[in-house]
Amino acid sequence: MGLFILRRLGVMILTALCLTFIVFWLTNLAPNLEKLAKTQGNARMSDEAVVSWLDNRGYSQPLPIKYGQWLGVLPGYVIEGVDGEVRARCAGPGIELEDASTFCGILQGDWGYSTVFKDDVGSIVATRLGLTGKLMFWVMMVMVPGALIIGVLAGMREGSRTDRSLSTVSIVSTATPEYVSGVVFISVFATATFGMQWFKGTATGAMDDATFENFFLPVMTIALYGMGYIARMTRASMTEVMTAQYIRTARLKGVSFPKIVLKHALRNALIAPFTVIMLQFPWLLNGVVIVETLFNYKGFGWVLVQAAGNNDIELLLGVSIVSVFVVLITQLISDIGYVFLNPRIRIS
Amino acid sequence: MEALTWTGSLGTILNPAFTILVSLLAVAIVAQIVLGFFAPAMTLQSNPDGTLQSRSGALGLAETAVKYLFLGTLIVVIAYVVVPLVMPYGSAGIVGEMSKRFLPVWISLISLYTLSMVYKRKLGLYGKLFDSTVGMIGFGLVMFWVFTAFYVGIFDMIATHDYLSQVSGLKNKVPGVPVPEGTTGDIPHYLLGGDNLARDIFSRVVQGSVFVIAIAPLATIFAFMVGITLGLPAGFYGGKLDTFLSFVANLILAFPVILLFYLLVTPEIVETGIPSYMAAFLFIFPLIFFGVLLNSRYYTQPAKRTAILVPVLGILGWLYLSVINQKGTVIDFLPEWMDLFDISILVVFVSVVFVNAPTVFRIVRGLTLDLRTRDYVAAAQTRGEGAWYIMLWEILPNARGPLIVDFCLRIGYTTILLGTLGFFGLGLSSESPDWGSTINEGRKLLLIYAHPALPPAVALLSMVLGLNLLADGLREESLKD
Repeated sequence: MGLFILRRLGVMILTALCLTFIVFWLTNLAPNLEKLAKTQGNARMSDEAVVSWLDNRGYSQPLPIKYGQWLGVLPGYVIEGVDGEVRARCAGPGIELEDASTFCGILQGDWGYSTVFKDDVGSIVATRLGLTGKLMFWVMMVMVPGALIIGVLAGMREGSRTDRSLSTVSIVSTATPEYVSGVVFISVFATATFGMQWFKGTATGAMDDATFENFFLPVMTIALYGMGYIARMTRASMTEVMTAQYIRTARLKGVSFPKIVLKHALRNALIAPFTVIMLQFPWLLNGVVIVETLFNYKGFGWVLVQAAGNNDIELLLGVSIVSVFVVLITQLISDIGYVFLNPRIRIS
Repeated sequence: MEALTWTGSLGTILNPAFTILVSLLAVAIVAQIVLGFFAPAMTLQSNPDGTLQSRSGALGLAETAVKYLFLGTLIVVIAYVVVPLVMPYGSAGIVGEMSKRFLPVWISLISLYTLSMVYKRKLGLYGKLFDSTVGMIGFGLVMFWVFTAFYVGIFDMIATHDYLSQVSGLKNKVPGVPVPEGTTGDIPHYLLGGDNLARDIFSRVVQGSVFVIAIAPLATIFAFMVGITLGLPAGFYGGKLDTFLSFVANLILAFPVILLFYLLVTPEIVETGIPSYMAAFLFIFPLIFFGVLLNSRYYTQPAKRTAILVPVLGILGWLYLSVINQKGTVIDFLPEWMDLFDISILVVFVSVVFVNAPTVFRIVRGLTLDLRTRDYVAAAQTRGEGAWYIMLWEILPNARGPLIVDFCLRIGYTTILLGTLGFFGLGLSSESPDWGSTINEGRKLLLIYAHPALPPAVALLSMVLGLNLLADGLREESLKD
């Protein structure tokens, strides 16, 4: 088991390195850097000015070296620019050149400086992640129990009318992407069009003070799309368990139907959905970006859109490293959890 | 001209009936679900004449009520669609006029369903689809949009106005608003109102279907070609090849899709030519696929093989070159007369294929891992067939069931992805009538004017829902064998 986890961790770190390198490469392509120089410096810069601007700030170094510096395994650059000023990677705003350390990268906990928000990337990511965490917590609180109940109810009597109606409900919910359900929810429940103005159409207020009124619609919008998929997986797993021999034995012994479902079937039926719920995280991240944009909730997804839209390289890298790690860690948890929950799988 | 109401004179009779039926149906469905939890498991009992006894008691009543109320609602809905066809212009309201605009679609749908029902026993899996209600509903929804796209895109029929022309005074106007005198257009009203730039929403929505119907299936086919060509050897050979390809696939899958889109679909990246190189790489897979497919089948008869392979690869190669060759990008070497078409949204197309291909790869690999242990594979190996022949002519046909189902689901997913791109305004021009962009346009003023964003949202929902239901029906029917 220990070896299995170690191997998974190794693959995970390799994947994370590859992915961050790809993001690093894409954000550091020549046209992107030129755009960065022009937005940060002067929009009417001449080509030579752009080159010297980039040279002075270490952007013209070879890609692997830049990546190493960003990661913190290579010493940060100290460059004396053509304008005579000496700039060092580790001497950002507030840090004098003499005090600057040699290494400053992700590994040293230095995430860089956001050019859009004029703030430390680490602190931006932390605050925004907190806000998104609040959103995700409520999404999970709605989505997981809802999906499991629908799935179990549909799967316990396969082919019954309850099964068919609940399965249709879950198909409809998987067919409704967040930007569709969000738009429909807002126009039905947040405008006067249909006379049901019960909720608020923006969640900006929910960042400080989340109430039922301003938080219900964004939470439901994300939860709905994931719910159908988890419910279908739970239903499939439940129907499979309900045809197992030990369920038949229990029925022949005369155990009542609710007791069979709750005591015998449910535990085994919930192994597969656990994996599925864990693997839903990457999709939820998608939903978070859409919903935060739609409801103007300034969380992690909103920052992603801002960073990507303005080519804020260090912020974008910070955001992508967090999202990649969220995805990989949930995959790891789902793998390990599956082995723990299912005694039939033994890792030798 | 007067503004149109939603249902016109037809509504005075049908609206109350519809409201009553729908509310009764909702009550009956809830009653049926609630009662269903307490009812004992049904044991089938037959009447003396051989028919089955229906369920008695409150639950039985609820079930019967649901059945008849549903039928009643269906009849009213059909009346909303059919009756306006014989009524004069404007008297049947917005719903009626929309139904009239869709007349060619209704005729095509009815003839398609009639033909399919008559010959369903001779049509294989497609015919069996008509045994499943869910599958039929899903197929109907999908074909509705396919026919709409067909008539709009080729015959320019259903749309009422030009989807780009702006008419002053109609900005954000509510559905059914009359257009000023002298405006060009088939009818003197904006059926679903005007959008933020005073364009006709109805025409934009039906025009948007052309975009989706043209792009989504094609992108999915390309993703399948890539996934199949790489997934078959990965599953069949296993070993280092499998480890490597699976690692790459997992790498792409670990990327949050939106981040990938934001990184790939920007003007700066297009400038560097990365999408063109990716297109050159991804679109070569159909060539490889068909080349290997035909070669492995006919390589024992060289004359026949050459006769088939040369024209097929020639045409595909030409298509390939004209797809990847784009004016003004890094790949621009073909003379003008050879370049068949320029795809302006190549980057959108490429990124959608790129995102979908790894999932298809994983499915195909999993299926191959399972199927390669079958007896017919062993038999083919004993006969001395080549590895590619076994993969493409023995394993692939036997994996078709799950692949067809996944194909339907994946077109729906691609539609959602295209909508996401439009929603964030990535890679598509803001004038583009596709549903994602239209939703994006509409959402900016959503709290003040709800009507511009709703029709494209409902259209996208119905299309994806149709594909999901179709996939469900196909899965059910293919499992019955």
